Amino acid sequence: MKNLIRPAITLFILISLVTGLLYPLAVTGIAQIAFPEHAAGSVIKRGEEVIGSSLIGQNFSGPTYFWSRPSATAPMPYNAANSGGSNLGPTNPVLIEAVKERAKNILASHPDKVEKIPTDLVTTSASGLDPHISPAAAYYQVERVATARNTDAAIVKSLVDRSIETPQWGLLGDSRVNVLRLNLALDALEK
Amino acid sequence: MNTSPWIQIGLFLIVLFVVAWPLGRYLANVFDGQLTRRFIWLDKFEHRFCRFIGTNPEEDMPWQRYATAIVLFNVIGVAVVYGLQRFQSELPLNPQAFGAVSSDSAFNTAISFVTNTNWQGYGGESTMSYLTQMLALTVQNFASGATGIAVVIALIRGFTRRNAAGIGNAWLDLSHSIFYVLLPLSFIFSLILVNQGVIQNFNAYQEVKLIEPLEYAAPKQDLNGQPLQDDLGNVIMEAIKTDKQSIAMGPVASQEAIKLIGTNGGGFFNANSAHPFENPTPLTNFLEMISIFLIPTALCFAFGQMVGDQRQGWTILAAMTVLFITMAAVALWSESHSNPLITQLGADGSMGNLEGKEIRFGIISSALFATVTTAASCGAVNAMHDSFLPLGGLIPMGLMMLGEVVFGGVGAGLYGMLIFAILAVFLSGLMIGRTPEYLGKKIGVFEMKMVSIAILIVPLLVLGGAAIAVVTEVGKASMANPGAHGFSEVLYAFTSAGNNNGSAFAGLSANTPFYNILLAIAMWFGRFGVIIPVLAIAGRLAAKPKLAVTSGTLPTHGPLFVVLLISTIIIIGALNYVPALALGPIIEHLQLFSH
Repeated sequence: MKNLIRPAITLFILISLVTGLLYPLAVTGIAQIAFPEHAAGSVIKRGEEVIGSSLIGQNFSGPTYFWSRPSATAPMPYNAANSGGSNLGPTNPVLIEAVKERAKNILASHPDKVEKIPTDLVTTSASGLDPHISPAAAYYQVERVATARNTDAAIVKSLVDRSIETPQWGLLGDSRVNVLRLNLALDALEK
Repeated sequence: MNTSPWIQIGLFLIVLFVVAWPLGRYLANVFDGQLTRRFIWLDKFEHRFCRFIGTNPEEDMPWQRYATAIVLFNVIGVAVVYGLQRFQSELPLNPQAFGAVSSDSAFNTAISFVTNTNWQGYGGESTMSYLTQMLALTVQNFASGATGIAVVIALIRGFTRRNAAGIGNAWLDLSHSIFYVLLPLSFIFSLILVNQGVIQNFNAYQEVKLIEPLEYAAPKQDLNGQPLQDDLGNVIMEAIKTDKQSIAMGPVASQEAIKLIGTNGGGFFNANSAHPFENPTPLTNFLEMISIFLIPTALCFAFGQMVGDQRQGWTILAAMTVLFITMAAVALWSESHSNPLITQLGADGSMGNLEGKEIRFGIISSALFATVTTAASCGAVNAMHDSFLPLGGLIPMGLMMLGEVVFGGVGAGLYGMLIFAILAVFLSGLMIGRTPEYLGKKIGVFEMKMVSIAILIVPLLVLGGAAIAVVTEVGKASMANPGAHGFSEVLYAFTSAGNNNGSAFAGLSANTPFYNILLAIAMWFGRFGVIIPVLAIAGRLAAKPKLAVTSGTLPTHGPLFVVLLISTIIIIGALNYVPALALGPIIEHLQLFSH
């Protein structure tokens, strides 16, 4: 035991310095030089002002914008300093009540829709910060957004067409639309 | 669904095996001394390194000494991780000015990261300073991974050595694991992650001006920050308007890489690998899944090479792969269904169970990730398992209950599997009336006692812990979901802790003194209650002579042994856990789909 203590302590200190300080600092240094924008959070700026990150969702629930998915973060939705999901089980009445409320809201704002509601619009994401909605969820909202903005629905629809990100290499993940980017493109249309 | 799930599983396994094969050869060369024999300068450097840390590179430790070294190293880890959390407010790199972590939570987290469990009772971005994340948690991601690798290498030496007194030098095995394996792999992987969008900085949290201002209700606070209550004791809510979003930052990529490569699973952020800054694209998701299985797979190849018979490694790997594909198929099948309670409210029934999942991953990549992370004892999550359909949630739980041997944790998966292999030859030995032997080593009474301890201690901790929790009021108070699902949450927590996985049905409010302490006990004994018997077996086997292969020797390679091994694992797992599972996910499934 006696001659085990010294190697245990020295090895632990050495490993701590190398993997706990040197390694993250080295990765940071290289990342800042090679991929500075990614390392800093892929932020989007309007002029000098930071208005979001292309990877982090924002809450949109007004008539003139495409809506994001519901978010379960506390205390406000899309709280990017406190990520997390609802963790409600499939049989939990709280989940069912919440979905019922959201579905009612969506049907009231999209009275002309005959299609089923895209599921992602009534369920919360795992991180509460999901930047995407499904293409179906985007198309579902086209007429509502066009009406609210007094724009031709065909223009808005073609904007959605162009916003769809396909699965990586045609294989990995699902087709999706980045809501923040889509809404920024929508704002840019009017200028 | 865009692509056939089978293509994704197939692609995943092919890429995995192609990458793991050369890594396996490299691992074998690192640990059987080939590497230092080939590069003399490295050998010289190692001698100087050993003198510096105070060990003799030639020392061959008996198993008791090896085990003492490993436990000592890990106890120091617990003390340091605990201390750093308690004093983080006094230390640098704390831009959000987080206070000290509570003592029970800090204790739980220290045990959790040292035992490679990485169960998280806290939310990373709202609790831990950057220094704590790096110097406490990242270090343990390396140290606990290295511990697992060292132990399995010691066990393999037990099979390869003859009449030997020792099973290796623990300090060298730990150092080799970190500096030759985990660190270089993590370094490369972390840069790939940044390239895809994972952040790596020391900035304060990024303030963002929202496009659309937001109104929400929050508890009204008095001047001291305490929630105000009305006369009836209800919390007073107030409407707050904001046009700001605060985005958590940090040195994420460096921790993310080792979190997966070391099958640790403790996320920088509360949402773990579901957070866009930890796992921004489907490609990172794919690579993260590969990283989880990479070393466990490579170790199977290294095992084959070190015992001088590649077929032995392939046999173990085949058993793991068959179990994995079966479980993945069930998880995918379950999650591609929609929740009938939600579709009857007007939601599209063809999109699958999207509650608690991210759109960029979709159903397939989420269900596959859940299978991978619980087959290996990683515990990172890219979707909230609590919100899976009942059978989809049964798969992660079931994989952990099999003892984390389907690929399993780095090192831990293979030593767990070898324990089952010894049990399988013992059982077949009984059936055919032969003395059991594995890889030329006779399996004696002492070895079988140790095997029994290693296999039975975890179910004892899991079922015992869950039983205590559901009969006490404090235990029940933490359940977030009613009914059978609440029981599943508790069962999942102890299964995850005892098997050192670390994923959760995260609705359970586990950051209470009761759960912090009880789960810490399960994690510690679930780890070292297995490691010590494994090292004892290694020591005893190393001391034995090697038996010649005769016509009466049971071959431990080929399809027959794969079936024997799988049957042993399933019988043990099922005998232990089916009654508990029947009370949780199985009842819930029947309730959900009865109407």
